[in-house]
Amino acid sequence: MDYISINDQEKKEMFSSIGVSKAEDLFSVIPEKAKVKGLNLPKGLSEQELVSKFEILAGKNISLKQMKSFRGAGIYEHFIPSLVDEITGRSEFLTAYTPYQAEASQGTLQTIFEYQSLITQLTGLDVANASMYDGASALAEAALVSIRSTGKKKLLVSSALHPEYFQVLKTYLQGLAIDIKTIPLDGGNTSTKDLKNLFDPDTASVIIQSPNFFGQIEDLEEIKKLCEPAGFLLISVVNPISLGILKSPGEAGSDICVGEGQVLGNPSGMGGFTFGFMSCKQSLAWKMPGRIVGQTTDTKGRRGFVLTLQSREQHIRREKATSNICTNSALNALAGCVYLSGWGPEGFKKLSTLNLSKSRYAFEEIIKIKGFSAAFSNHNFFNEFVIKTTKDVNKLQSKLLDEKILGPLELEKFFPEFKNCLLFCVTEARTKKDIDKLVDILKEC
Amino acid sequence: MEKLLKEISVDGYKAYSVPEADVPIKDPGKILEDKLLRKKQPGLPEISEAELNRHFTRLSKENYALSTNFYPLGSCTMKYNPPVNEKISKLSGLANLHPYQSEDTLQGALEILFELEKNLCEITGMDAFSLQPAAGAQGEFTGLLIARAYFNSKKEKRTKIIVPDSAHGTNPASAALAGFEIVSLKSESNGILNPAKVKEVLTNDVAAIMLTVPNTLGVFEKDILAVEEAVHKNGSLMYYDGANLNALLGVSRPGNMGFDILHVNLHKTFSTPHGGGGPGAGPVGVKKFLADFLPYPSVKKSSEKYFLNYNMPKSIGRVRSFYGNFPVLVKAYAYILASGAEGLKRVSEQAVINANYLLSILGKKLNSPAGNRCMHEFVLSGKDLTLNGVRTLDLAKRLLDYGYYAPTIYFPLIVEEAIMIEPTETETKAALDEFAQTFIKILEEAKTDPEKLKNSPQNTPVTRLNEVEAARKPILHW
Ligand SMILES: Cc1ncc(COP(=O)(O)O)c(C=O)c1O
Repeated sequence: MDYISINDQEKKEMFSSIGVSKAEDLFSVIPEKAKVKGLNLPKGLSEQELVSKFEILAGKNISLKQMKSFRGAGIYEHFIPSLVDEITGRSEFLTAYTPYQAEASQGTLQTIFEYQSLITQLTGLDVANASMYDGASALAEAALVSIRSTGKKKLLVSSALHPEYFQVLKTYLQGLAIDIKTIPLDGGNTSTKDLKNLFDPDTASVIIQSPNFFGQIEDLEEIKKLCEPAGFLLISVVNPISLGILKSPGEAGSDICVGEGQVLGNPSGMGGFTFGFMSCKQSLAWKMPGRIVGQTTDTKGRRGFVLTLQSREQHIRREKATSNICTNSALNALAGCVYLSGWGPEGFKKLSTLNLSKSRYAFEEIIKIKGFSAAFSNHNFFNEFVIKTTKDVNKLQSKLLDEKILGPLELEKFFPEFKNCLLFCVTEARTKKDIDKLVDILKEC
Repeated sequence: MEKLLKEISVDGYKAYSVPEADVPIKDPGKILEDKLLRKKQPGLPEISEAELNRHFTRLSKENYALSTNFYPLGSCTMKYNPPVNEKISKLSGLANLHPYQSEDTLQGALEILFELEKNLCEITGMDAFSLQPAAGAQGEFTGLLIARAYFNSKKEKRTKIIVPDSAHGTNPASAALAGFEIVSLKSESNGILNPAKVKEVLTNDVAAIMLTVPNTLGVFEKDILAVEEAVHKNGSLMYYDGANLNALLGVSRPGNMGFDILHVNLHKTFSTPHGGGGPGAGPVGVKKFLADFLPYPSVKKSSEKYFLNYNMPKSIGRVRSFYGNFPVLVKAYAYILASGAEGLKRVSEQAVINANYLLSILGKKLNSPAGNRCMHEFVLSGKDLTLNGVRTLDLAKRLLDYGYYAPTIYFPLIVEEAIMIEPTETETKAALDEFAQTFIKILEEAKTDPEKLKNSPQNTPVTRLNEVEAARKPILHW
């Protein structure tokens, strides 16, 4: 199957207009050595064959619709209102490109403007961009902003940051001579004592995730105060769903806030339906990477929207551009926009509270079981928490899987020092029945 | 003109409801320390579901998209996006997977990644790929970090990247981000590189040269083999910007031209929709001697079982969380399977025929700096229009009035008043004829009624927008 329609007569007319007799003539400039004699790929499939092939492939996986998931660690299962798919599935959004021609792209531009507005509301900061690839690369870009705007070359990064975010950060900075220091843990939180010792005037930014990789909420405000007065930036990485109840990064003194937007209306998709959001203080607006949409007027004085502050961008400043982002994650961010628009502030708070309550319920039930205990003494967590167990973890996981439960993440995978520690995630997508079943199985382990 | 969410908000309205709690509800104020809590509620809008649906649906109608209009954006390869790709990527067994599930429960997904990598190797002539980069520009960045790691491993200090002045803006920006110094290389008037001039800038601290083939004027680099020889003789690497692969599928391969590293824009050549500017995917391919430097993890197979290989000590690291933009990868794989070897070759043939056909008509009306032949896209110069005070921008805006999304304008930077047209293979001859007639009609208007162009568009939801005002007094949210 291919997607081309042309008949012999049309081809003949086109060749005659061009002045060639066959298609090969158009490729004659390519040296023989650079050519291929056909690709070693199978024959094309009809649509029917194609769909059935992928149904078989999909059937070789076990999806979260076939299991009850208690796993988060960066990608979370939340309920997605039907309207989100309805809107993102509209071909007028789905098959458009970056809105270079504003007058013909008001739909995309206005939704990005609305999205930027919603992100600034949520994060309590002044400006947001149109989206980045994912939370991890958004963080790396934020770190670059801090280096550029302070002229300093040292980063202090919490050890409770998502390990993959840390890996991406290191990759992004490997071309530049940057000193990255990790701030040790104190229980499940960033150690403020160690932070104070590590901090010096060369610090470009302090990077803190909250809730952090262990689900623990960090006191961003205290961290900011501890290090003041010094010209550094506080970069926070947040879970937007938690912001229905938690102090906004802006209120807490963050200069830049980034995070993973998947939780806002996007499925888990093996970690593929991501978008990084980024917001910052006004003073950093010109340093922010990525596209930004601004409001303006047309020749008749009516409101309209355009891509703006373009002099930061790669197509104008080339080697001086503040980032190389071109194609971003607009469609996933559109899902985020539709998702954030429908709850109202009260509903969103309720959703956030429900996440908190469900994870609390699970936590309290689990620590009652013999052989399971809270890993940390401080219980300021949102929808994830760490449990230490004396049980055989492999057996426990396979038993859960047998019962169609995707169990907690074993922290040892990323943190060898956290042997026998399990990171549980409970969102509003889990019912009390799901949790009780989990608890029953853990009891039997 | 559609109101803003904030303007249609009514106190107490909502579209979505939170389920009734089946566990005891905890008051955040009672179980979390007060200093951690939010004092000011975010100003989220309050709107009924029906109104919210209408709001976004109306906005969608203020958009030109591939599904509604011809989209001849050069360099962006906006070809038809088959709905089946979308449908497949949303199959529950693919859309609802957790990245940290055990490999046993992800065999189908890993098989897709494994097979896609193999297919991309075959299509491009490379030996190994990483599917992790989330877009073309991230692919460039990844590829350049690989070049850096390679020279580091050989203890060679190479700090420069050669980028032709015709290159896409992301090329120099990515090179700078990767910590390299950029050496700008002037191309000839037809955008082609002169091997002698390449040799002049090939000093022993050059790590790589970044080339787009066909180049951004839509012309194949006829001296590519001579360039390759000089670059490799200098110990430098050849980087291929694969945004223009749509011209070469099944015809030629960057691997055969001697390129060492490349990225492929799956969202373009492999027809995955990228709504309003993404998500895309920019897999990076390399020759064998660079494979160890690719980002981790890679997907491997041993005795019929697929697994993720993290044991890559020389890897540059990760550039993105998890395994890349998985749904985009699924769609690209579906497109390759649907097309097959023959279909892919037909894509390039027809893309090139269509572009040359349009050029044969429009090239008679406007100057085409690269001559009368092109690959899958071509560049015209609107310079002659300026006699009447009309600019390429005006021509583009007038096209919007006639129901066409405008071609790319003012790129590449080396052509004055550039207008870059890429019809793609999925447009029919009738569609191209109609577009050409309209284009010519607008060129007539430019002579007889230039004001009409300068005052366009008039048939769009808004008329010409004031970009200067937007930048001078930025309003970036409500
Ligand atoms: C020639 C060329 N190189 C690189 C890119 C960058 O790709 P992406 O937008 O996916 O980052 C593009 C697309 O805009 C392009 O046309």
